[in-house]
Amino acid sequence: MLSPASRTVLDVRNMTVKLPPGADRPHAVEDINITVKAGEIVCVVGESGSGKSVTSFNVMGLLPRGLKTTQGEILLEGEDILKASKERLRDLRGTRMAMIFQEPMTALNPVMRVGEQIAEVLQIHTDMSRADRRKRVLEMLNLVHLPDPERLIDAYPHQVSGGQRQRIMIAAALSLDPALLIADEPTTALDVTTQARILKLVREMQERRGTGVLFITHDFGVVAEIADRVVVMQKGRVVEQGTRDEILRRPREPYTKMLIAAVPSLKPPPATKATGAVMLSAHDLSKTYGKKTFLFGRGRVVHAVKSVNIEVRRGETLGIVGESGSGKSTVARCISRLIEPTGGKIEIAGQDMSKLTASGLRDLRRSVQVVFQDPYRSLNPRRPIGASIIEGPVNFGLSKAEAVKRARKLMVDVGLSADALDRYPHQFSGGQRQRICIARALAMEPVLLIGDEPVSALDVSVQAQVLELLAEVKKKFDLALLFITHDLRVAAQICDRVAVMKQGEIVEQGPTEALFANPQHPYTRELFEAAPGRSYMETVDAA
Amino acid sequence: MFAYILRRLAATIPVMLVVAVLVFLMLRLTPADPAAIIAGDNANAEQVAEIRKRLGLDQPIMTQFAIWVTKLAQGDLGESFFFKKQVVELIADRLEPTVSLAVLTIIIAAMIAIPLGVIAAYKQGSWLDRIVMGFSVLGFSVPVFVIGYLLIYVFAIQLNWFPVQGYQRLSQGFGGWLQRLILPAFTLSVIYVALIARMTRTSVLEVMNEDYIRTARAKGQTEMKVLVRHALANAAVPIVTVVGLGIALLIGGVVVTESVYTIPGLGRLTVDAVLARDYPTIQAVILLFSLVYVVINLAVDLTYTIFDPRIRY
Repeated sequence: MLSPASRTVLDVRNMTVKLPPGADRPHAVEDINITVKAGEIVCVVGESGSGKSVTSFNVMGLLPRGLKTTQGEILLEGEDILKASKERLRDLRGTRMAMIFQEPMTALNPVMRVGEQIAEVLQIHTDMSRADRRKRVLEMLNLVHLPDPERLIDAYPHQVSGGQRQRIMIAAALSLDPALLIADEPTTALDVTTQARILKLVREMQERRGTGVLFITHDFGVVAEIADRVVVMQKGRVVEQGTRDEILRRPREPYTKMLIAAVPSLKPPPATKATGAVMLSAHDLSKTYGKKTFLFGRGRVVHAVKSVNIEVRRGETLGIVGESGSGKSTVARCISRLIEPTGGKIEIAGQDMSKLTASGLRDLRRSVQVVFQDPYRSLNPRRPIGASIIEGPVNFGLSKAEAVKRARKLMVDVGLSADALDRYPHQFSGGQRQRICIARALAMEPVLLIGDEPVSALDVSVQAQVLELLAEVKKKFDLALLFITHDLRVAAQICDRVAVMKQGEIVEQGPTEALFANPQHPYTRELFEAAPGRSYMETVDAA
Repeated sequence: MFAYILRRLAATIPVMLVVAVLVFLMLRLTPADPAAIIAGDNANAEQVAEIRKRLGLDQPIMTQFAIWVTKLAQGDLGESFFFKKQVVELIADRLEPTVSLAVLTIIIAAMIAIPLGVIAAYKQGSWLDRIVMGFSVLGFSVPVFVIGYLLIYVFAIQLNWFPVQGYQRLSQGFGGWLQRLILPAFTLSVIYVALIARMTRTSVLEVMNEDYIRTARAKGQTEMKVLVRHALANAAVPIVTVVGLGIALLIGGVVVTESVYTIPGLGRLTVDAVLARDYPTIQAVILLFSLVYVVINLAVDLTYTIFDPRIRY
């Protein structure tokens, strides 16, 4: 598929972008060289802060304010876009180069019909009539395999699903047949099954049209699935680049090796059966939203959770795996009583929650603690982390001195310095913040710890460390751990047992090893099929 | 949607009832006797008692209230003590100047404020932004009557472009109507320009960081269209809220402006009625103001659906 005679679409030469003074390093990217040929997919991989997004934005001429290119050239089909006028740059965007983004929900204008958003590209760059534009948009919607284009063209973004939105973005980007498509983590916000379909679509479009694709990602599974060539970036520099096989099978640089090693395997380690007391049991747990409203109103009823039965013992980790909208987070919220379940029974350490009085429920809150997905947002940015950690215990009557003593000890337990208690959240990295959140949860001395996607917002190398820490504290404090995730690889690494949820129901539940080796339910099998780069990565694992 | 409107309208009934009770009680529980005012300084006690009886003010408060509410339910607002006319006629007569003034004011305010706010947001931190925001603070702080007299002095007395005061009915010609209204409308609009410009700037700024703005730029869209088609369209809901609030507040604001420019509108009517302790007129006007407030709020909520397709009732 790659002929040596392919012409070069993008040639980034010795590019350096300066960060504003006061940043943690002088340059966002330094002396970068990347080329993309026609009909080629080049993946740029790196962890957060590696400069991969800055690189892609600079190519589009969309560098955020405060960043400046100080050196190098960016040649798009031979033309240096760093020297292009604003008008010329606008002409090139949408026609010769186009971009799709990470979050298809927010990348589309919510108050504009999707058809108009695709037609906008045609309106800016061509003098097609309104009717012709509409015809072309319908063609594009067909091309990206959207169902019922006649209806979709007049829909608003909130009326279509995440995967469909990303298809719409792709349709808009490709409608004028650009030579270069930049895809900035286009599947990161999507479910695995949707991700697999979007990756297939990108591949198909690119092959059919001979587009050069610069694909930004942090996920080696995606790289294995789609890349022709790979560029590995770290802290603003290109560490290593080569073909997919060279990078994935024969990485030379230690950083690349570390990144690949950190990708959790889909093969679960052998587990021991937990025999501790049952700390959480949920029977027929249900949550229904919506009911008849006052006068004339017609309510829509949504069954978010339908008779879920789970049990977690001391020292055991139960994973709930599912895609967005499966109800997995709703289960976690019902159990932690952040929301009220509409049916069923929940017992924490043998106590029936529904029979508790308000004050009894308050005591129970201590026993169930949650670590949330986004450590950037779950810590109050205006309070020192120490204040966040001791708040709970002090609320429950511990003296401040005692609470601080406990917090200092916990900081060491989660691998941080006890003296860091009076620092603020922004002074920590994402992984450190998640450690702080774990310390905060442990400060309440819970019997049940719930992790609601606790590693999903973290880089792979950090992810592995936080998973290790969770396993460690589970053992040390003899906790029952309920682990919510969308990521099968993560589930394989940490869970003793796994429950797979789909549309509010558990479709399959069992010991991780057995379930991963021999999934029974078709949906579970579909999930495994969709895991990006599965077959390729397995051969890498074996090597 | 239709069901929603019906529900909202049904909900106004208790609100109006509470307003009615409060207005009625407040007037009767504050000292001052309309009969004495009507009778004049030279009247004796019998004459005052006679008038009081004629007006029905000698009845117990509960009876008076029952009579008023019953009549109200039949659409009868009663007769003014002071103007010797049906209150309905009185209000109908004064409605046009006030509505004209309010509508013109809000149009002027929105036309000036929204572009200013958008520019200030786009040029955030520049001298242009600072000037706009500076004027906005000034607009908030200077009292309406100061601006009114200042504008009269400059544009009516010195430049002689507009008449000093007065009002001409729309039926007597659009030109004259507009010429007489423009100064008062400008006067009133200052504070709303400040308010709306500030709100526009804030909500456009918020929207400018959204991903779809970046998407629009990635399509090669011009900055002007990025601002109007993408940013402003998404910033519309809070702006509409402030404009709606502005219209409702305007009803209160016209009292001063109408006095400064001697415009025979509802504002002036309110002042005159209060001074004369003209109970039926005060009650009717306040009820009307509350109704307008409720209806405008409903209208604002309904316009949300035009600007944001995600909002459905």
